[in-house]
Amino acid sequence: MKLKKSLIFTALSFVLLVIVYSLDGREKIVSERVHTETDQNVEVFDKVMSVVTHKRCMNCHPADDFPRQGEDSHVHRFGVQRGVDNHGLAALQCGSCHQEANNLLSGVPGAPHWSLAPKSMGWQGLNKFEIATAMLDRTKNGNRSKADIAHHLTEDPLVLWVFEPGVDNEGTEREKPPLIKEDWITAVKEWIAAGAPIPAEE
Amino acid sequence: MKISFKINGEDITVEVDGNMPLLWVVRDTLGLKGTKFGCGKAACGACTLHVDGIAVRSCSYAVRFAEGKSVTTIEGLSIKGELHPVQQAWTDEIVPQCGYCQPGFMMATAALLNRIPNPTDQDIDDNIVNVCRCATYYRMRKAIHRAAEINNQKV
Ligand code: FES
Ligand code: FES
Repeated sequence: MKLKKSLIFTALSFVLLVIVYSLDGREKIVSERVHTETDQNVEVFDKVMSVVTHKRCMNCHPADDFPRQGEDSHVHRFGVQRGVDNHGLAALQCGSCHQEANNLLSGVPGAPHWSLAPKSMGWQGLNKFEIATAMLDRTKNGNRSKADIAHHLTEDPLVLWVFEPGVDNEGTEREKPPLIKEDWITAVKEWIAAGAPIPAEE
Repeated sequence: MKISFKINGEDITVEVDGNMPLLWVVRDTLGLKGTKFGCGKAACGACTLHVDGIAVRSCSYAVRFAEGKSVTTIEGLSIKGELHPVQQAWTDEIVPQCGYCQPGFMMATAALLNRIPNPTDQDIDDNIVNVCRCATYYRMRKAIHRAAEINNQKV
């Protein structure tokens, strides 16, 4: 009788264990899937923002009226300013020194329509989540849809300049962002295709 | 490569390396020596001239970008032999010392007055950032205001 009882107990424990184990397993699988999707979004977001927050982008996205320059993002020499149209002042325009391509002799960088981003796109001092939020905000981004943003980020030659930033006035190559151009374009397209999700701040 | 543009109102075509600085072309190919070389790095302003009315540092301007544009050097600033108000003011205020930097300053000033006919001291500080090793800045400031006055009298 005692033996029968202990057998029943063992069998029940085993069944319970199986149920608990499989439930736990199922939960694990489900939560892993959710987690993986989130991770993918976070990963793509982080890739995009690793370029956006790089000095090659940030130097021309000041929150004030003074461009930055160099690897240490110092205030642009000569008191260069934003001006009313983001292209500099009357006799000190961006185009007074910056032409449509890098000048490898003088070390002055260049790309078509060299200028500052509008002040509403001033990113300095913001974290990557705040920058992304501003970037998607049509009241700040020049009324751009997500598709427009993707186009701007992947096709505008001034944006793409960051991947070929040329040399400085000592002939030293400027630091490039952490992604190569092709990976950046892929990351932007993936991020936008996913609805441009912005993960919760850590 | 062949590059065609206007220089002081005249159409020209030059055949040079397209990446040659416009300053080289102006001085060595076209023989216009008024525009000076200072730093070659767009830092001093000695090489300033106008491209389509905009003050440009020609040491850092690849000549290929001048295609189809209108370039004005200090030699082309006066109109029909009459001194430009900036030249007149520079003479009136006896601005130059050694003179080397002055054409660049005058071209920058002419570009400034085209857009801001009556610049304040702040406008001058913000816009005229060339370098003068003889430190003639004080006289230049007076001359810039004087040039604005001459301009106003003409209108
Ligand atoms: S020579 Fe061109 S800015 Fe100095
Ligand atoms: S007058 Fe000599 S450098 Fe300016």
